Amino acid sequence: MTDAAETPDVTREQALQLLGGMLRIRQFEDRCAQLYTELKIRGFLHLYNGEEAVAVGVMQALAPQDAIVATYREHGHALARGVPMNALMAEMFGKRTGASGGRGGSMHVFDTARRFFGGNAIVGGGLPLAVGLALAEKLGRRNGIAACFFGEGAVAEGEFHESLNLAALWRLPVLFICENNLYAMGTALARSEANTDVSAKAASYGMTALPVDGMDVLAVAAATRAAVGAIRGGGGPRLLECRTYRLRAHSMFDAQLYRDKAEVEEWRKRGPLITFTTRCKAAGLITEEDFQRLEKAADGEVEAAVAFAERSEWEPLDALERFVYAEHAT
Amino acid sequence: MSAVAGGDRRITYREALREALREALSADPRVFLMGEDVGRYGGCYAVTKSLLAEFGEERIRDTPLSESAFVGAGIGAALGGLRPIVEIMTCNFSLLALDQIVNNAATLCHMSAGQCPVPVVIRMATGAGRQLAAQHSHSFEGWYAHIPGLRIVAPATIDDARGMLAAALRSPDPVLMFEHIGLLNMEGELIEPLVPLDIDHAAIRRAGRDLTMLSYGASLFKCLEAAATLAGAGVEAEVVDLRTLRPLDDTRIMESVRRTHRVLIVDEGWRSGGLSAELGMRIVEQAFYELDAPIARVCTAEIPIPYPKHLEDAALPSVERVVSAARALVAHES
Repeated sequence: MTDAAETPDVTREQALQLLGGMLRIRQFEDRCAQLYTELKIRGFLHLYNGEEAVAVGVMQALAPQDAIVATYREHGHALARGVPMNALMAEMFGKRTGASGGRGGSMHVFDTARRFFGGNAIVGGGLPLAVGLALAEKLGRRNGIAACFFGEGAVAEGEFHESLNLAALWRLPVLFICENNLYAMGTALARSEANTDVSAKAASYGMTALPVDGMDVLAVAAATRAAVGAIRGGGGPRLLECRTYRLRAHSMFDAQLYRDKAEVEEWRKRGPLITFTTRCKAAGLITEEDFQRLEKAADGEVEAAVAFAERSEWEPLDALERFVYAEHAT
Repeated sequence: MSAVAGGDRRITYREALREALREALSADPRVFLMGEDVGRYGGCYAVTKSLLAEFGEERIRDTPLSESAFVGAGIGAALGGLRPIVEIMTCNFSLLALDQIVNNAATLCHMSAGQCPVPVVIRMATGAGRQLAAQHSHSFEGWYAHIPGLRIVAPATIDDARGMLAAALRSPDPVLMFEHIGLLNMEGELIEPLVPLDIDHAAIRRAGRDLTMLSYGASLFKCLEAAATLAGAGVEAEVVDLRTLRPLDDTRIMESVRRTHRVLIVDEGWRSGGLSAELGMRIVEQAFYELDAPIARVCTAEIPIPYPKHLEDAALPSVERVVSAARALVAHES
């Protein structure tokens, strides 16, 4: 883990890029929450607030040929991977210009041009897919890896154990990224797992598994670079347990009865944006003006995306039954 | 099955399935096979015997007993550009992979607006008749046929066992193939040279004018035997092999109904909420005024399949029950 007092080992450009990446997610989602109250976005809306360092830290260490499998809390993963914000916002609205043609919504963002294989809303359901995507890389003699995000709640699912075992057994190039935010919806890890050590469970399948400070984008980035290097070198799968915290509610229907406000406030002080900004400022890497400029740029991009989504058309009703089956040979 | 003089060859249904696998593996380097005991053991029903020696461990992959993971890995490998064939020992075990089949294979293409078609073939044994009791004998193909996004096929004949896999692999969609355990040892003439088959159409296996029998899989042969018996009494049954259970070939089904005006559905699945119910309702919707008698069906008794032979036999559609139902149907005055 990186000592918060330590001078961050990044250039000014890298610092701006990482901070800008996290800010884009934060501003995008804050606007989504507002749009939800305005009934522009419906269904479930799961916000990533507090966990941005994980997506941004991991993605900067991946290559274009790598495949991503994400969860239903995937706006951050999508933006960090390069899914255009316009397409993401239009998807939130359910418009035809959305990343998934409006059919997926918040929980199911797909962008195969960026090898982004979806937000998966079945907890644990994405892990076997990542194993298969990695198998395709291996059998195809390509050097891509599959990066699979999931929460610590997935550790209770059989698919977690089956998938880690299969990936390790076949030495497949999978990076498992557990976003351990301590609560599976409202159930604390200690209330659902007899052994709460996620990394130890993964290590029991014969893979290197490391906990990392998921609130520290540099720690996540460094750990991911090391893991990806080992995986791409043929070392088999690895797991990173990014210890993080969801600062907002699970979804928009969550009174948060299961945790103390004081606990949330304590974690808020460790928020990935505020801590990284403070460190970079202290080290003279960035200034308050830089922060303001990045925030303004993000806000501008978000407003443009909202306007794009607003003016985009709905899928016509006669397209209702499209895409149930593939429309082209593969 | 009619034998064509000359090139025909006598093989079993199991051998036909194996030849189809061998051909698929030889024809396309993207094809690989995985499942429990498909390699060293040779397949729990011996369908994949000898393939490991021919194609090696990379393409004939024994998996752990992790149905969800290896079926999901098949789906993921399909997303990654391969053409996986996944074998599940029996359709009862496929329930352990239901999440991957229903929540992923069937939805990804639609949820991604066509970006993520899933060209995976999932083969599994189905059906009763071998005294394997209630966790190895069920017929869930009709259940899977409920799910949009899946294609469901049930080869019954030697030719279909040999030819439908290639068609399934050509499909860009997830195809579930149900191989009835009662057919594996069946011998028949394979029509050669092979002609490419599709997975879109039903087939008339016997032409007739007095009633239509709709069936598939092992029940098809009960219908054909019953039809032979009925012919002795001057009743000519037309026997339709559905072949593909989703999507159903409404056109050929209704054509036959319009010829015979009487329908008997024979399905090894249970009747409640099952494929026979769907077939009957489609006929009511599309050809009600063609019917000269109420639609009849012979299905499996609504019980988990029991172990002892006399009870298992009593639970399943039999030739006698088909004959009896057909006689009642023909005797019904319009």
